[in-house]
Amino acid sequence: MILRYLIIILILLPIKTFALIEVDITRGNLSPLPIAVSPLSIDENSKKNFKDILKKENLGSEISIIVENNLKQSGLFNPINKDSFLQKPDIANLKPRFEDWNLIKAQALITGKVTFVDEKLRVEFRLWDVLAGKEMMALAFTTVPSNWRRVGHIITDKVYERLTGESGYFDTRIIYVAEEGSKTKRIKKLAIMDQDGFNNKFLTLGNELVLTPRFSPTNQMVTYLSYFKNLPRVYLLDVETGMQEVVGDFPGMTYAPRFSPDGKKIIMSFAKDGRSDIYTMDLENRIVERITNHPSIDTSPSYSPDGKFITFNSDRSGYQQIYIMKNNGKNVKRISFGNGLYGTPVWSPRGDLIAFTKLHKGKFYIGVMRTDGTGERLLTENFYQEAPSWSPNGRVLIFYRETKTDSKGEGFTAKLWSIDLTGYNEKMVETETDASDPSWSSLLGN
Amino acid sequence: MNLSKTIKNGFLILIASLVLTACATKKTTGQLQGDVYTGSDTIEFLASGVPDRVFFATNETVLTTASRETLRKQASWLRKNSDINVVLEGHADERGTREYNLALGERRANSAKDYLMTYGISSNRISTLSYGKERPVDSGSNPLSWSKNRRSVTVKTN
Repeated sequence: MILRYLIIILILLPIKTFALIEVDITRGNLSPLPIAVSPLSIDENSKKNFKDILKKENLGSEISIIVENNLKQSGLFNPINKDSFLQKPDIANLKPRFEDWNLIKAQALITGKVTFVDEKLRVEFRLWDVLAGKEMMALAFTTVPSNWRRVGHIITDKVYERLTGESGYFDTRIIYVAEEGSKTKRIKKLAIMDQDGFNNKFLTLGNELVLTPRFSPTNQMVTYLSYFKNLPRVYLLDVETGMQEVVGDFPGMTYAPRFSPDGKKIIMSFAKDGRSDIYTMDLENRIVERITNHPSIDTSPSYSPDGKFITFNSDRSGYQQIYIMKNNGKNVKRISFGNGLYGTPVWSPRGDLIAFTKLHKGKFYIGVMRTDGTGERLLTENFYQEAPSWSPNGRVLIFYRETKTDSKGEGFTAKLWSIDLTGYNEKMVETETDASDPSWSSLLGN
Repeated sequence: MNLSKTIKNGFLILIASLVLTACATKKTTGQLQGDVYTGSDTIEFLASGVPDRVFFATNETVLTTASRETLRKQASWLRKNSDINVVLEGHADERGTREYNLALGERRANSAKDYLMTYGISSNRISTLSYGKERPVDSGSNPLSWSKNRRSVTVKTN
């Protein structure tokens, strides 16, 4: 009898502790959480000022639309149509009438207020648990008005973090290769955009072929491959200043660059005389270190988040497979043993998984496996897709897909796609032009 | 008796299957031998009778008999025109990851370069450049198109 009581108490305790709503992101979320994003309230004076500066009629509702769209895109939330809202934004932000929000089946509610203070944009917002009738979070911050889209992303990150228990990925950018022209004479430019496709900017003119840009995990630097003067070399680009310089100036092609987790080194392949080996270059003192030494092709290196290990692609067994080794090149171990060819291993920022591209029986797959090669899980199958890149919280993968051409060799497209680690919420990421080789930045920081 | 018969039968099956696979790899379908391109659609000429390119099997960098013949013609033309330098542009088809294809293109170009060197062309006169899957000549998404794209092309640099 006593034992039975104990068990009941043990079961009740954790439930009571987590009485407020939460979103489980570890499995495919088939019933996204109904959430109401109330337009942020705005006074007439602030409205006028922001309209003058930003040419936006109502900044409060513009920001709420960003939040709403982000939440919807995550696949974990189901934002409720604003037409059904009963309570006005200004009053809701003071004290929501939970019955009204409950009536339209909202389980969570976001309210807020934007004001124009000393030429700055001040935002406060609150997250409410509608069923429990409680405030879950309240935050305020001030920034320059031109940052208004970021405000929407930061709010989303905070809400996501509070409800899922994991850090968000909305205040981030994607660097990618914008593509134009026919398949045989493709013009490629580096481009950058916010994670939601806004603020798109081209960073090169398309005069030379550029490939595989990758964000630094610590700052706004990007490393990529450029065919400037027909010499394929690894370059470094400061996205803020536009300054670029060659870093892989070896007597041969350098390619497949990535940053080390501390952003201080670039790891890349150097191809010469038909073989490719992996090297690192320290960006401060320019010291070059050779990591692999094998007559095979060793490429696509990617560090573990603690920097102690490297995963890479090699055909030393005869075919493309995935390997891991210590960061000094020792203890090389093959980890992919399934049917087919494996490429582009990328270590998850959480450390526990490696995402990859797999080619098997004429189909391309994006998948993940544990770092010892077990637990392989294929997330998506297509005619052609490759090069996954992790969202900074390790929950979402972005990659690119190319289409099969028709019998006349026409109809080629390249587009960015994203998919949840669970294998759900697969969708195309809209871009102005055709696009490939996406790389996700870390959180920009407040 | 029974056992030796079984072994004998097994042996016959083995031989039969070896013959069959040999046939399969040598099978010529139109412009393909195995999966190496043997047609002339995309080929240009460095000089009369000197084709500019050689083709490869999927994921392979080995030179075929036909490729070696083409490269010997190129070598002999280069020996006669000692002022000409060339760049060997290595390419892959679209059925691979971008980075591995860059390496594969480089290896194909070097495979051709090594052969030219064994026929007396100085390495100073030959550079290599890999385009991976970036510059297909044929935009089709079928085995024949892919076979035309797996190539090393010899291009004059002066």
